[in-house]
Amino acid sequence: MSAKENFHLVQTRGLGIDFGGVKAVQGVDFTLADGELRCVIGPNGAGKSTFFKLLTGQYRPTHGDVAIRGRSIVGMQTHEIARLGVGIKTQVPSVFNGLSVRENVWLSARRDRPPRLANEACDDVLERLELTGVRDRLVGELSHGQRQWVELGLVIATDPALVLLDEPAAGMSDEEVERTAELIRRINQRSALIVVEHDMPFIKMIAKTVTVFNRGQVLMEDTVDRVLADERVRDVYLGKQLHAELARQAA
Amino acid sequence: MDFALVVALEVLSAVAGLLLISIGLAVIFGMMRVINLAHGEFLMLGGYATITATKAGINIWLSILVVAPLVVGLIGVIIERCVVRFLYGRMVDTMLATWGLSLLLIGLVTTVFGNTTAGISSPLGSMSIGQYKLSLYTLFIVAVAATVALALYLAFKRTRFGLVARGTMQNADMAAALGVSPPRVYAVTFGIGAALAGLAGGVLAPITGVVPTIGVAYVAKAFITVIGGGASVLAGTLSASTLFGTINQLATFLTTPVIGEVALLAAAIVLVRLLPQGITHRFFRGSL
Amino acid sequence: MSTFWNRAGLAAFGLAALAAVLVLPQLVEAFTLMELTVYVVMSILALSLGFIWGFGGILCFGQAAFFGLGAYTYAVAVMNLGDSTGAVLLAVLIPAVFAAVLGYFMFWGRISDVYLGVITLTVSLILFNLVNSTAGDAYRIGSAPLGGFNGIPSIPTLNVPGQPELVLDPLQMFQLCVVTLALVYYGLRWLLASRFGRVVVAIRENERRVELLGYDARKYKLGAFVVGGAVAGLAGCLFANWGAFVSPTIFGLAQSAQIIIWVIVGGVGTLIGPIVGCFLIQWLTSSLGAFGGLNANLVLGVVLVAFVLLVPRGLVPTGRALLARRRAPTVRVDRLPETKAA
Repeated sequence: MSAKENFHLVQTRGLGIDFGGVKAVQGVDFTLADGELRCVIGPNGAGKSTFFKLLTGQYRPTHGDVAIRGRSIVGMQTHEIARLGVGIKTQVPSVFNGLSVRENVWLSARRDRPPRLANEACDDVLERLELTGVRDRLVGELSHGQRQWVELGLVIATDPALVLLDEPAAGMSDEEVERTAELIRRINQRSALIVVEHDMPFIKMIAKTVTVFNRGQVLMEDTVDRVLADERVRDVYLGKQLHAELARQAA
Repeated sequence: MDFALVVALEVLSAVAGLLLISIGLAVIFGMMRVINLAHGEFLMLGGYATITATKAGINIWLSILVVAPLVVGLIGVIIERCVVRFLYGRMVDTMLATWGLSLLLIGLVTTVFGNTTAGISSPLGSMSIGQYKLSLYTLFIVAVAATVALALYLAFKRTRFGLVARGTMQNADMAAALGVSPPRVYAVTFGIGAALAGLAGGVLAPITGVVPTIGVAYVAKAFITVIGGGASVLAGTLSASTLFGTINQLATFLTTPVIGEVALLAAAIVLVRLLPQGITHRFFRGSL
Repeated sequence: MSTFWNRAGLAAFGLAALAAVLVLPQLVEAFTLMELTVYVVMSILALSLGFIWGFGGILCFGQAAFFGLGAYTYAVAVMNLGDSTGAVLLAVLIPAVFAAVLGYFMFWGRISDVYLGVITLTVSLILFNLVNSTAGDAYRIGSAPLGGFNGIPSIPTLNVPGQPELVLDPLQMFQLCVVTLALVYYGLRWLLASRFGRVVVAIRENERRVELLGYDARKYKLGAFVVGGAVAGLAGCLFANWGAFVSPTIFGLAQSAQIIIWVIVGGVGTLIGPIVGCFLIQWLTSSLGAFGGLNANLVLGVVLVAFVLLVPRGLVPTGRALLARRRAPTVRVDRLPETKAA
């Protein structure tokens, strides 16, 4: 039993994937402890979404290894990895548009539970996400923000150990962003989270440790304040020239 | 030695036959992602056009090489304008609609021409290779197939229309922005595919005769060859025809024609399982 | 509100079936009853495709393969066993096993859409070619000659289990078929309400998401496909009984095409739709036959083209929408992305 406790929830070693010459992710060493909340930032094309797909098994790495609780998941099928306790909310909402909100969440809640408990868990999730009012509406008819929340419901209804969120605040109003941050904190009480985001104020609301990706590699990993103050990070986001321009204007 | 030569020629003829009956469907599928299940009926119409023209006194070679493609090509354009163009992007719907057209055409032809087999005699004799006799018409089929393949290659690579067509298939909006009319390109391409099918039907008419339901026998094989070949029109059809035609003919030689058919079908299943996107998705990628 | 219509629909169907079994035979003559029997049998076949296509998203181009296997298995088995009970069980089991093998081959290879259509089409053609060439005394299974293109005539009718002399008469045959149709319909409705059924429908909506939730989509598609094969096999068994004859054309392209037409006309994505479509098209075909004037192929072709262009959702969904005065719900049967040509 103690041997298991020594393993991190997620550990990648030299993880990389080569798309016929394009190294979308290379040499990534990443660890996440049980119950930890990590933010991942980086410019477009830095490999963040690809990294997520390597964790869910949608992509198979060409180099290195990914382990969940010490068990290598390379080569495992997507659904097998999901059953290990990994849930992902994708960048583009991936839900069942032709089914009702309740059915969406129910499919997830029912996976490991018998019917009665599944119904209770489903109703519970709908309440937590304030979706009870629209439970019988077809997801395809909802607003973008509501669909994001349905997807969140889908993800948390199985009570996963690891929740991956790919830009959960995208396209949301300020009020919705705050609610999302609050929800993430609550999810963190039961699950570990990795959140990919661009919205800096949002990150400051939720993050403790931030990993910065650039060009498929990890640039740095530190607390929120130190990362956001770091010059390299600003260069990577804004480009050295713009940084120089801003510096000149300030002078 | 003679036997080997005869076998080789028969295999070549099987490959050529498969190529001919599939190339029209390949043009339409490869260029437009449309699965035209009325393809067999285009073949059938080509056969009827040839036989009707020949019986009306037109020279048989003209009937096969000119009348059949022209008539069926025209019918193809009409069908594209009236039915197919409303269904682009909906691959399953086009399959179903063209299946309906196939039934419609069979019904029409049955009403007009009746149910009995019509035929004309094969216009060429046979030649001897050692103790074996080989029909000269077999060589004609090979010659037509080779010419069609070459002509298509040149048309794609060297003519303005070929370039315009390839461009429109890649990116219709860009092509339109450059002054090309995508609907016109689609109509003409569909017409060319139909014409090729008509030609194949005309070529095969002297051997098989025609009956309204003869297309049914062809469409499955053509369909299988095109899907097995993959996205590239020429390379795909060539490679798939070669593979399937050879297997079919060899199996027929070794056992019976029925087993030969089954062998072809079984090979197709294995191929689609191993290479779900067709041969040219893995080999000869990006070729015409 | 929709639950009310659901329950009303279920009850209405049951009542209609009951009426058909008890009342109809008094009202129509024997010949009409026999015609209706084959409509009912074909409806069961239509349901099999309606289930796997409309709900599972599996467009099988060779559903006739399982239909034919059911028919031939029944014929061969009943001739060998003497009692029809075992034959019926085999007629459902063999197509189901065949579907399991074929399904495993396809779904574990992640074959779908067009390519699945090719493979299933090819399989039914292989069966056609093989069975068609089995003429001659050499080809027999036990005491049943396969007959090749001549088919198998004089197939013994269903008997009361254990009593081979007590054979069903045409009236009882009709009643049995209607009851079977009702049982299959309710059975499929029940299946669709279960978790298995919900997952199958979800796979049709978004297979990727289903896998990310932790369900093995391959297994669920296989399950649906096997159910479809078993139901088609059952229909085949009843068909062989109805006509006491079976021939290789049952494996043909025309038969598979008909099944697809029934489902399209009636409505993909419903269970009532395929039944309605089947009855309508069958009736149309036989009326035309009696009429003599118009060619059946011609009319069927026009109907199919018209429906794809004008009523793509089919009669039942469009009818329901008209009744509710809103747009018909969209069932995405074309699972390929909407790309422009090339």
